[in-house]
Amino acid sequence: MPGLIFRRLLMVVPVLLGVSVIVFLVISLIPGDPARAILGTFATPENIADVTRQLGLDQPLPIQYVVWVSHLLHGDLGRSYILHKPVMDEIMARLFPTLLLAGAALVMASAGGILLGIVAAVRQNEWPDKLITISVLIGISTPSFWLGMLLILWFGVRLAWLPVGGMSEMFGGGGIGDIARHLLLPATTLAAVAGAVLVRLTRGAMLEVLRQDYVRTARAKGLTESRVIFVHAFRNALVGIIPVIGLQAGFVLGGAVYVETVFQWPGIGRMLVSAISTRDILLVQGGVLIVAAAYVLINLLTDLAQSLIDPRIRAS
Amino acid sequence: MTDIILRADAVVREFPRGRRLFGPRSPALRAVDGVSLAINRGQTIGIVGESGCGKSTLARMMVGLLEPSAGRLEIDGQSIPALARHDRRSLHRRVQMVFQDPLGSLNPRKTVREILAAPLRALHGMDRTACNKRVAELMDLVSLRADFADRYPHEFSGGQSQRIGIARALAAQAEVIVLDEPVSALDVSVQAQVLILLAELQTRLGLTYIFISHDLAVVETIAHEVAVMNHGQIVEQAPAERIFADPQHEYTRLLLASALRAAPRSSG
Amino acid sequence: MSAPALNATMPARLSYPRDRPSAFARLTQNRMASFGLLLLSLIVVVVVAAPILPLAPPHVANVAQRLRPPLTPGHFLGTDQVGRDILSRLIWGTRLSLAVGVFAALIASLIGSAIGLLAAFRGGWIDTLLMRGIDMLMAFPYLLLALAIVAALGPGLVNAMIAITIVNVPFFARGVRGAALSIVRTDFMAAARLSGLSDARIVFWELLPNVMPGIVIGLSTTIGWMILETAGLSFLGLGAQPPQADLGGMLGEGRNLLQVAPHVATIPGLVILLLAIGINLIGDGLRDVLDPKLKSGGLARTHARTDAVSLEERSKGLPLPGAAARLPLAIRGLRTHFRIGRAIYAAVDGVDMAIAPGESVGIVGESGSGKTVTALSILGLVATPPGRIVGGEILHYGEELASATLSRLQEIRGRRIAYVFQDPQSTLNPLIRIGEQIAESIRRHQGKSAAEAMRLAVALLESVHIPDPEHKANAYPHELSGGQRQRVGIAIALANDPELIIADEPTTALDVTTQAQVLKLLNELRRERGAALLFISHDFGVIAAVCDRVHVMYGGRVVESGPVAEVLERPRHPYTQRLLACVPELGRRGRQVTPIPGLPPSTDALPPGCAFAPRCHRAAPRCSIGEITLDAVESDHYARCIRVNDA
Repeated sequence: MPGLIFRRLLMVVPVLLGVSVIVFLVISLIPGDPARAILGTFATPENIADVTRQLGLDQPLPIQYVVWVSHLLHGDLGRSYILHKPVMDEIMARLFPTLLLAGAALVMASAGGILLGIVAAVRQNEWPDKLITISVLIGISTPSFWLGMLLILWFGVRLAWLPVGGMSEMFGGGGIGDIARHLLLPATTLAAVAGAVLVRLTRGAMLEVLRQDYVRTARAKGLTESRVIFVHAFRNALVGIIPVIGLQAGFVLGGAVYVETVFQWPGIGRMLVSAISTRDILLVQGGVLIVAAAYVLINLLTDLAQSLIDPRIRAS
Repeated sequence: MTDIILRADAVVREFPRGRRLFGPRSPALRAVDGVSLAINRGQTIGIVGESGCGKSTLARMMVGLLEPSAGRLEIDGQSIPALARHDRRSLHRRVQMVFQDPLGSLNPRKTVREILAAPLRALHGMDRTACNKRVAELMDLVSLRADFADRYPHEFSGGQSQRIGIARALAAQAEVIVLDEPVSALDVSVQAQVLILLAELQTRLGLTYIFISHDLAVVETIAHEVAVMNHGQIVEQAPAERIFADPQHEYTRLLLASALRAAPRSSG
Repeated sequence: MSAPALNATMPARLSYPRDRPSAFARLTQNRMASFGLLLLSLIVVVVVAAPILPLAPPHVANVAQRLRPPLTPGHFLGTDQVGRDILSRLIWGTRLSLAVGVFAALIASLIGSAIGLLAAFRGGWIDTLLMRGIDMLMAFPYLLLALAIVAALGPGLVNAMIAITIVNVPFFARGVRGAALSIVRTDFMAAARLSGLSDARIVFWELLPNVMPGIVIGLSTTIGWMILETAGLSFLGLGAQPPQADLGGMLGEGRNLLQVAPHVATIPGLVILLLAIGINLIGDGLRDVLDPKLKSGGLARTHARTDAVSLEERSKGLPLPGAAARLPLAIRGLRTHFRIGRAIYAAVDGVDMAIAPGESVGIVGESGSGKTVTALSILGLVATPPGRIVGGEILHYGEELASATLSRLQEIRGRRIAYVFQDPQSTLNPLIRIGEQIAESIRRHQGKSAAEAMRLAVALLESVHIPDPEHKANAYPHELSGGQRQRVGIAIALANDPELIIADEPTTALDVTTQAQVLKLLNELRRERGAALLFISHDFGVIAAVCDRVHVMYGGRVVESGPVAEVLERPRHPYTQRLLACVPELGRRGRQVTPIPGLPPSTDALPPGCAFAPRCHRAAPRCSIGEITLDAVESDHYARCIRVNDA
């Protein structure tokens, strides 16, 4: 197992490198003068010359990349000319809220999705299955930003049970209970779509696995149906489900942009949206890079979880 | 004076094994390890062996689907790998293949007519009317009703599908047909039908067969010459009458001893 | 290489009617899909007709009329913050969203499919290069890459569309490559090559038609997704720019008015939801219609046991069991049918069979003869749906198994009667160590502790000659050879010293040399332990090697039974005679095999009378009339043929 972790970690390096190249390229492909784009319309020619030199934009592209990466490795993502502070500081302050929101949503989506998926498969074509199938259909068809608004309208405004936005109360907030109360609605919103996808997948995987020959073998041994379903079938279904949980992590991290916007959640997503409208390019670059890196690491974890349950993957 | 149509000389085929990032590179897998054969025109050579012995790899090299890693492989004195690279069509006018899985070797989205017409057009440049005429002849040759030509593969049984596969090989008018386990997916009664059909076609058309199988009894009924393969090598080769009566190699004896007979003491 | 796929628990070939309804017709038969189709067509009709509908201009503000609630006269859905008619904006906005979604999905699928096809067909470094690139794109959280692209290109509907298209290309590329790879490796692709077709022709004529259903399914699901995502970007203010508005843009504008005028935001959201539901329903319907895996029988959940009609109904007309009630197994008049679509397959249609303690009984037959279904019916292991026991009794020491409670049946399974299945590759659980797969059965039936059960499991592995059993008990199935896996299968069957072992083609997937060893082992061990054996095979040679008595099955019935040597040497039923003549015999090169003309009957349309009559050289008109019984031709030798004693 340690060897495996080491090998997988090594495989992450080229992926991270590729991610950094793409982020770098996207930003350097900005039409027109990047320095002007960074500084906005009101920049003076001196400012622009300054920034051009500072960013090494007068250098050839590969050199620019090497310089950028070496700064990156020192934790330097440049300065935001709008916020007047280092990009890294701004991102670090907002990373935790985003990860908290996405993590909570992913856990809710996975637990709920798998559970409901199993119920739907086991009770196929009975009323629980039908109910779940219809909810799933609505779930995958709902825009999360709209769902968020409806939840705010209902639970925040009409019933006034939960706060309508933010991460904590302005005064005297910040305790775990307070944050949890603020987290509930946005996390639910975010989990709804990802969870629906997982329900559907789990249901399909369970039905598929229950037809396999080894399930018949398990039944032929006289094992009880619950053992057949949870030990023999579910474990095999999980092999197909785990990679999709990884994929959903990506959707949750991306979807956080909407949910953070709707719920005024102080995360990277909301920061990115405003950075894009203010053309704060370096902030966008840094934010995308850091979240992508987090996603790569989450995928590493799902990869490892996958090989933990499937010996065939461990061997290869 | 024998007339050799296909010759293999020390043919080797290696498959690279998965490379590890670290550690020594594992040696390549030698699926076929120095096979030499000479096949007479108009005869059937049976190649027998268990799974993984390299017989299917050898078959795929003979029709140019795989390239040998080393050694020479010739048909009518011309190099098969070279033909496969530079003049595929001329190669496939000489050698064709019938596959193991009858249904899997027919494109599910093509009618039988389209399947049979493909080699007629591509290899012999026939026009539509000539194609239709020839398709009808081919169907007749393999004892299928001509009006089946506009059906799709899933409408046929395994035995019928295999007849279509044979008809396709015949459409190319190749003299040599490599048959890779052509009857092992079929039930015994259907297997017998296909074996008889193959024997008839050989007599009528003067075909040369390379018949690959794991089943000794099947090979015995159809082959003139038999080669036994094990671990990528031919361990024994002899005329069919001799090899079953008087096996020389230890592995051949083991194979013969393991075969179970339906009626050990029967006489009828 | 040597495994004929003969073991079919379901009818091997489903009969497709010649005039199968078109995909579209089948789509409309699906209730949910037709609902989706209806919903979407309604929206499309309205949206396409937008220019000729009597709508207020969507972009003209009228502050005096701002924020009117729905159902205001002249403004059916009310007005927004600057007094524009919401209904009009909604219809125009939907038009825009739909167009963008469809267009982006088409472009993404076109580019993605081209990449996927190229990678799969070319393979090698082109594949590696393309797929590494795709991996890089997929290393980004979906929406984030789109944001980065919009950030670079600047906000705007066209740019948002480009961004969404780019981030969707990898999904198509990957999916299409996967589907294409499985096709590229098929024999028919090799055959196309051998037919002299050019590469381009092979890709577009052979490969593409087989990948197309997958692309269509992907496309249909992606359109919905794309509409959601472009709406999302517009919602964030990065897509459509005012005064133009798509559905997302309207939602975004309404967000700030959520508490004052909720209808401004909720109505466009509802339309997005309806649009997405319609498209997703159609996508699901298409999947059902186009995906062959779902088409054949549907992914119905298999039940814990085979369904059976009531014992009362099944045993109607059967004589009292008598002595059969004292046997480990007596099958009387068993009928197991499959219902697939409207067809009913009588896979097993009146089978009688009895097995005495310690006896070894064989069933031989071709595929579709019902031999495997007979074996699986005994402990209710025939998949339901579509299988169902509709007639006869299965007696285990007089206890009828098809009507026993599930918990009672589970006590008998693996304890009194155990199975060895055909393909040890697929019948062992790939994720569980083999020691545990044996031990769990011991724990279940003998109530031993975990340690004790594992000790017994290791002992069993030793008795089936697995080398180094203690170590191998920790191995997973994929770490064993085929022969070793089947030894594990035997060990599982022996785990609780059953009285009867049912072995269904246990050596068919094995090489001849391995087959000989495994058969010998199975036979020795079951003799040592005094277990009876029911052995199913298509191979007379194997049956002759292990069985005392044999039943020959054809068309769901036993046509001949008797002592093995007797049946093989003096077969009385014409089918047995002709079948034996089909088998090539080693060492008898001179003897030609003589095929049986015609094909075995499909069990959904069995001919009346003798099922073999249409292929029989001795058939007379009366062979195809009425019921033909299995009669004694000698003591202990039976044949179901009325001409058995005719010259």
